[in-house]
Amino acid sequence: MAAATQGTAIRTGRVARTFIYLVLLLFALFYMLPLYVMLVNSVKPLSEITGGGMMNLPEIWTVEPWRKAWSEAQIGVQPTGLKPYFWNSIKMVVPAVAMSTILGALNGYVLTKWRFRGDTILFGLMLFACFIPFQIVLIPMARVLGVLGLAGSTWGLVLVHLVYGIGFTTLYFRNYYAAFPTELVRAAQIDGAGFFQIFWRILLPSSGPIAVVSIIWQFTNIWNDFLFGASFAAGNGAPMTVALNNLVQSSTGVKEYNVHFAGAILAATPTLLVYIVAGRYFVRGLMAGSVKG
Amino acid sequence: MAARAEADLRTRLQNWIPKLVLSPSLAMIFVFVYGFILFTLYLSFTDSRMLPSFGWVGLENYSKLWRLSHWEISLTNMGIFAGLYIVVCTVIGLMLAIFLDQKIRGEGVLRPLYLYPMALSFIVTGTAWKWFLDPGIGLENTMHLWGWESFSFNWIKDRNYAIYCLVLAAVWQTSGFVMAMFLAGLRGIDNEILKAAQMDGASNWNLYRRIIIPQLRPAFLSAFVILAHLAIKTFDLVIALTGGGPGRATELPATFMYSYTFTRNQMGIGAASAVIMLMTIAAIMIPYLYAELRERK
Repeated sequence: MAAATQGTAIRTGRVARTFIYLVLLLFALFYMLPLYVMLVNSVKPLSEITGGGMMNLPEIWTVEPWRKAWSEAQIGVQPTGLKPYFWNSIKMVVPAVAMSTILGALNGYVLTKWRFRGDTILFGLMLFACFIPFQIVLIPMARVLGVLGLAGSTWGLVLVHLVYGIGFTTLYFRNYYAAFPTELVRAAQIDGAGFFQIFWRILLPSSGPIAVVSIIWQFTNIWNDFLFGASFAAGNGAPMTVALNNLVQSSTGVKEYNVHFAGAILAATPTLLVYIVAGRYFVRGLMAGSVKG
Repeated sequence: MAARAEADLRTRLQNWIPKLVLSPSLAMIFVFVYGFILFTLYLSFTDSRMLPSFGWVGLENYSKLWRLSHWEISLTNMGIFAGLYIVVCTVIGLMLAIFLDQKIRGEGVLRPLYLYPMALSFIVTGTAWKWFLDPGIGLENTMHLWGWESFSFNWIKDRNYAIYCLVLAAVWQTSGFVMAMFLAGLRGIDNEILKAAQMDGASNWNLYRRIIIPQLRPAFLSAFVILAHLAIKTFDLVIALTGGGPGRATELPATFMYSYTFTRNQMGIGAASAVIMLMTIAAIMIPYLYAELRERK
């Protein structure tokens, strides 16, 4: 990966370079624009927003919209703000990410170091499961969650995200462990180490990078999910994305745009933080899911 | 003797452990993915309305589905949306990747700026875009305040143009990611070949056209597969940005399925539309996965 930081050997003239910088900067502005608009307008009083001038900095700075979005806004029946739904999302994301990553690691270990007849076909079936349009499972899933008594609950969503996340986590760990020297595993086996001992002592200590990738990938996907949340947990158990949508789409009363924006940023904060802290791994993770690793 | 039998048992157990470890995941996938697919397929041949019911009606749901103008509009919209989305994302992604690859100062700052939209929920970005595109408070209004009185931009309220607003927001979300895929491809190209071609007097344009871009074929293929798959799944963005409107101008198959199944109580038709969505994705994904897995063996 030494080449990863250096550019092409192509040489460009001064005019071309100026043009290139210009285009790159314009696109940077394009990508920043919505975030800027949201941030700036989330700290303005409503009167300033309805007066127009969405690009202007606020004349009066206020954190009131943020407070309101967090703890006062009318989302469901009660004016609870987004706070309880934020915690719903946390309670959904943490177990779902942890369980799917652990299972993915074990599956990847089996599929690379304990291969058996037909394992590629089984892996192919798991992999295809990552790409199905989820509409195809919505109806039976709603029935099953109802039968299990998990409809509308956070645990129901944990189950759903666990099931539909395993394919991706298995893919990551399988690709990563495929490059791990199998001789080490065989040597440990001859020394009498068992299945779990080998996993625990030999593979797991070097799994840090791929575990980070898997956790980030799962975290962003599950946190940002809307379809499952809206289908299976619309009431008090709703995750943050569904609550935010309810807040923004609610048709009663005056539209408080500043509160909507503060809420939108609140909903975006966890994934943005994860991205800022571990962005480089995030990119690599996305790549591992698409480009051959 | 006893010791040997015990050792035998242990090795046999050791042989079974890997399969035992894999089996819960496999069981979940078989039930919740493939079992559910079969169940939905079955429902698409029944008279299910608000709840699943099991009266067999054959292909009736499918023939009804294909006669619905609502479904036809969803498919046309999908065609426009997916086509533009895939092409524009690829073009912008490739261009930005090539530009960023020219030993750009500040690449480390620009790259994350291009990529961060991918980390956000469509519900979040839809909220921002909806507002930005709204003629009354967004871009149009701002331009008027800045003195450009005749400026008009009301696509989101216009039946004929609203679909392009979806494309704009979706391109904003993923084009940076496509850039990263192409950049990874570009960084994998051997600079020695380029230097040799340069010595032979090849122009930059020809270097890209003849040598570099042809070598990016795997990145093009991956980008296409990922983008096509994202396009067919697009749901949250429509909900947040347009709600399918104005009228039905931005309905897509995913929103069609949702509303027929859960709000219009036409579960049989909803199931039939889900089956068609699955078949479309399968037609793209299965050859791709097959090729990938065969190569890796």
